[in-house]
Amino acid sequence: MNKENRTPIRVAILGVLVAALVFAIYSSLSQDDVVGKGDTAPNFYSTEVGGKSVQLTDLRGKGVVVNFWGSWCEPCKEEMPALEKMWHTYKDQGVVFIGLNIGESEITATQFAKQMGVTFPIWMDPKREVTKVYKVSSIPATYFIDKDGEIQDVFVGPMSEEIIKEKVEKIKP
Amino acid sequence: MIQLSNNLLLLAFVLYLVSTIVYAVAITGKKWANRDPKEHQQRFGRIGFAITFIGFLSQTGYVAIRWIAGGHSPTSNMFEFIAFLSYCIVIGFLILYRIYRMTILGAFAVPLAAIMLAYASVFPKEVTPLIPALQSYWLQIHVTTAALGEGILAVGFASGLMYLIRTVPQQVSTKSTKWLEFVISVVLMMVGFIIVSTVFANLNQKTVFEFPQYKADEPTVVERMLTVEYKLPAIVAPQESKIVQPGPITPLFEAPGFMEGKDAARKLNTMIWSVLSGVVLYGLIRLLLRKRLAAAMQPTLDDIDPELIDEISYRAIAIGYPIFTLGALIFAMIWANEAWGRFWGWDPKEVWALIVWLFYSAYLHLRLSKGWLGVKSAWMAVAGFVIILITLVVVNLVIAGLHSYAGV
Amino acid sequence: MNDTRKCECGHTNPVGTRLCEACGKPTEAYIQTQDPQAPEFPSMRYEGMARRSKINTRSPIDKVWNFFSSVKIAIILIVITLIASGVGTIFPQQRYIPVPVPTEESVAQFYSTTYGTLGDLYYLLGFHNLYSSWWFVTLLVMIGMSLVICSLDRIIPLYKALKKPRLNQHLSFYLGQKMHGVTDEGVSFNTSETLEKAAEGLKKKGYRVFQNGDSLMGEKARFSRWGPYINHVGLILFLLGVLLRSVPGFYMDDFVWVREGQTISVPNTPYYVKNVEYKTEYYSEDEFAQDLPIKEGEVIPKNFESKLIIYLNENEGVAGAPPKLTQVTEGSVRVNHPLTHESISYYQSGKREMELGALNFDLVNRTNNQRVGQIKVDLYEPAAEQKVGEGITVRVLDYYPDFFMDKNGMPSTKSSAPNNPMVALEVSDGKVKEKLVYVSGSLISNETNPVYELAIRKPDLLDVTGLMVRKDTMIPLIYFGCFISMVGLVMGFYWQHRRIWFHREGDRLYLAGHTNKNWFGLRQEVNQIIEPLQLPIPITVAPDVDKKKSKKEKEVRPT
Repeated sequence: MNKENRTPIRVAILGVLVAALVFAIYSSLSQDDVVGKGDTAPNFYSTEVGGKSVQLTDLRGKGVVVNFWGSWCEPCKEEMPALEKMWHTYKDQGVVFIGLNIGESEITATQFAKQMGVTFPIWMDPKREVTKVYKVSSIPATYFIDKDGEIQDVFVGPMSEEIIKEKVEKIKP
Repeated sequence: MIQLSNNLLLLAFVLYLVSTIVYAVAITGKKWANRDPKEHQQRFGRIGFAITFIGFLSQTGYVAIRWIAGGHSPTSNMFEFIAFLSYCIVIGFLILYRIYRMTILGAFAVPLAAIMLAYASVFPKEVTPLIPALQSYWLQIHVTTAALGEGILAVGFASGLMYLIRTVPQQVSTKSTKWLEFVISVVLMMVGFIIVSTVFANLNQKTVFEFPQYKADEPTVVERMLTVEYKLPAIVAPQESKIVQPGPITPLFEAPGFMEGKDAARKLNTMIWSVLSGVVLYGLIRLLLRKRLAAAMQPTLDDIDPELIDEISYRAIAIGYPIFTLGALIFAMIWANEAWGRFWGWDPKEVWALIVWLFYSAYLHLRLSKGWLGVKSAWMAVAGFVIILITLVVVNLVIAGLHSYAGV
Repeated sequence: MNDTRKCECGHTNPVGTRLCEACGKPTEAYIQTQDPQAPEFPSMRYEGMARRSKINTRSPIDKVWNFFSSVKIAIILIVITLIASGVGTIFPQQRYIPVPVPTEESVAQFYSTTYGTLGDLYYLLGFHNLYSSWWFVTLLVMIGMSLVICSLDRIIPLYKALKKPRLNQHLSFYLGQKMHGVTDEGVSFNTSETLEKAAEGLKKKGYRVFQNGDSLMGEKARFSRWGPYINHVGLILFLLGVLLRSVPGFYMDDFVWVREGQTISVPNTPYYVKNVEYKTEYYSEDEFAQDLPIKEGEVIPKNFESKLIIYLNENEGVAGAPPKLTQVTEGSVRVNHPLTHESISYYQSGKREMELGALNFDLVNRTNNQRVGQIKVDLYEPAAEQKVGEGITVRVLDYYPDFFMDKNGMPSTKSSAPNNPMVALEVSDGKVKEKLVYVSGSLISNETNPVYELAIRKPDLLDVTGLMVRKDTMIPLIYFGCFISMVGLVMGFYWQHRRIWFHREGDRLYLAGHTNKNWFGLRQEVNQIIEPLQLPIPITVAPDVDKKKSKKEKEVRPT
């Protein structure tokens, strides 16, 4: 049997098998696909408290901080004052802060904002559609999006003023 | 109707016991005076087989009647499943008898079926209506086929065990003799479990405990108090429990915290009782015989051709393996896909079915490609069924999963 | 002449051949192995053919090929997988633990508090996600590779060997078979008559008979030799199907809770699903086959069922955008009976019953004790304002779905679900403005002597159904793989390849038999076939021995 003309076949078979192996390992490692750093922030529509229809792409050209929160979430309450303060610092520098409420009614959200003294815009996600698209599993979760709509950073958990400042600097237009 | 089917089952059990005794006479009595050993063995072997067959018919009656009366295959709770498995062991024996015409195989296969049947009887016997999760004909197909596969594999175990008893040298104590004694004591643990639970069930003494259940997401907050009732005297108490109704003994210790579920401690208690009673039973028999159990049995098998039982063991596995594959894996996947939208979920029971399958795959490759015959092959046949038992008993009773039926 | 490839019959065998392809004599190369453990006659397992993995062992490609073509490696892979699978059942996998939001900390916390140090270790080693870990996946793929290469390495030479019936073999071939026999010296027989009878007997037993001169072979169920390989092909297809599920879009697995009356978007699809109605049915006692020892008030569920409508969103599916829905299908889902549309299946797999949907009140004017009208507070989408009767407005000022007082004494909510709703209302008719608070089934007014009061009516209760939404495009391939695998198993295990040879050389008749399993059966069949020959042929069945053991033989004389 001539070994020479069989070897390419075997090389081909082994090649396919190795490709399968690489693919399997790759997909086992990248299972928890999240929306994260470097991704383009998925667009979404929402209603701002007060009734105005809005969408994320309206804010192209500005740095955007999207903070997912719920009124039942204690750590969300903790970070609200810091967010509010930073919002005042940066709102004139082309950065928009958005509090994205998850699954609650406008009344609850409005009251919460009032109680916490929050004045940045609150957008609603009553059916949690945005939350699902961003694969938010625990809150507070904050997305820092630059003027081109690319996510520059994600932070899960309550933030201090310093953390916010550090991240916002990256997306300031 | 159901009474009739229960009576038929009881009759089958008695017949299996009687035929076990007849088989025992067949293999031990051939050395009695004035007997032609061959003729003696053949005659009693045939009588034993006939009784087994009547028992099989009676159990067939039980299965058929219970199926009709309950409206679903009698495999929907632990009692029904184990009883059905014992039925499948008998079917497996009949299949291999048809091929090899070896009645003496029954001396090991039939008592196994009888033990299974007795084991079944410690679980609640009622015909329960099917809860929605079990309402699927794929489930019935899956469970019956898997049981049939396991039953035939059990015959592989029986004849593998026979092979080992026949061939492992008993003059000196070796690793092999020790393991063989261990396997025998595992079988005795099942017997012990049956005896203990039957005895205590009739004594009508109970221990009742109350213990807190913590919230899943806040492990320090008590969600509610649970009560659990032990039929066996309590050696192990549930964690942080109080005795509501004291039983015959005070518990010696508490179950470790990682054992999950309401009944975890009770199951552990049952396990401890089975092991203890098996060990005691083994010790008694050993004292009585004054030699290793396998050594005592060896002379009774000395005229059996070891190659034939080796082949029977392999053949049983060769027949059982495809059926097991079909029932425990393929049909299980189809059902799981219908019920949960995924054909495989790495549920403990599924994983153990896979382990059994992988084990027998290794057995077949070793035997067919690596020439593992005789002793090695027999050890694997025995170990394979021990894994099935683990799947059946331990996974069902200890690890709570999607498949858990009612437990003792 | 030192060319070991050349057999004395004149045939040149490929390197690595152990039994001459033409005459069946053990090859010079085999005889010269000088391995004291090798039996005198090579194993018939692969018909003594040359196998690729045994020939070339030098290049790296050969090395990889040979690694995966080894049955020993395959068995080792199987055993490692078996043990690893078992390890994964010691503690529950992450997907089965009762942690609602599986963040890394909470999962680690769970294993640590529930299982102690061992749990910590289990988590650290990544065993909580063992079956999707890269190394477990690697094991499975390696088994797949072993399946492909093992099968290719063996099936090609085996096919070549079995294609041509072995007739007129070298005597050592017949005598080397596990079952063989030869007539005693001096026993005379009529060759053609004997072979004719033998052929007849073989045919009667269902053998295909090949004859060449005074050499005869009966063969049965050759196809059973392909069984293992067909089984392997099935397993490869199965594994391929599983692997391809990782391709984006081929597999989807989601879960949604849908309230009665609610229509929500199915994640990652253009579909919306509406829960029209959910119900649980219970067995009535006359449906039991026998009396059951169940306690008073205990019931056994019979059916969990949701009526669903599936809609297609014709707009571009941007989250939060108002959809344009068209109904595509409707139907019921029950446990074990999913609803499928366009390869997406909806499974009944959870329920929350009798949850508060809306609070209902009657607004009563206390001055004349007149019922003014009805107020409904939807607990999911409370209307900010509603008109009741003549010029009366009721506004919802504040709403806490799951009310409690937080550590600072501030009203707060534990979750977004209306488990314990607290609603602050304001009733105004232009003259008076009164505030009312509903909490935990009672009402408090801010006035000591209010004009308006509320009478609590039965609230709207609704059921929430939990739907699993799944898509698995690979199911047909996976099932097909299972089917092929089963066909292979049945072929391989329920039939046996049997060959029986009769061969005259000199004045003696040689008989040999080979099967891949059930020698007992073959022995019986041979007895039945040679009985009509009226010719004593002492037959030997050599016991299978481990290579290390000495070879002993056992004589059986047919009666």
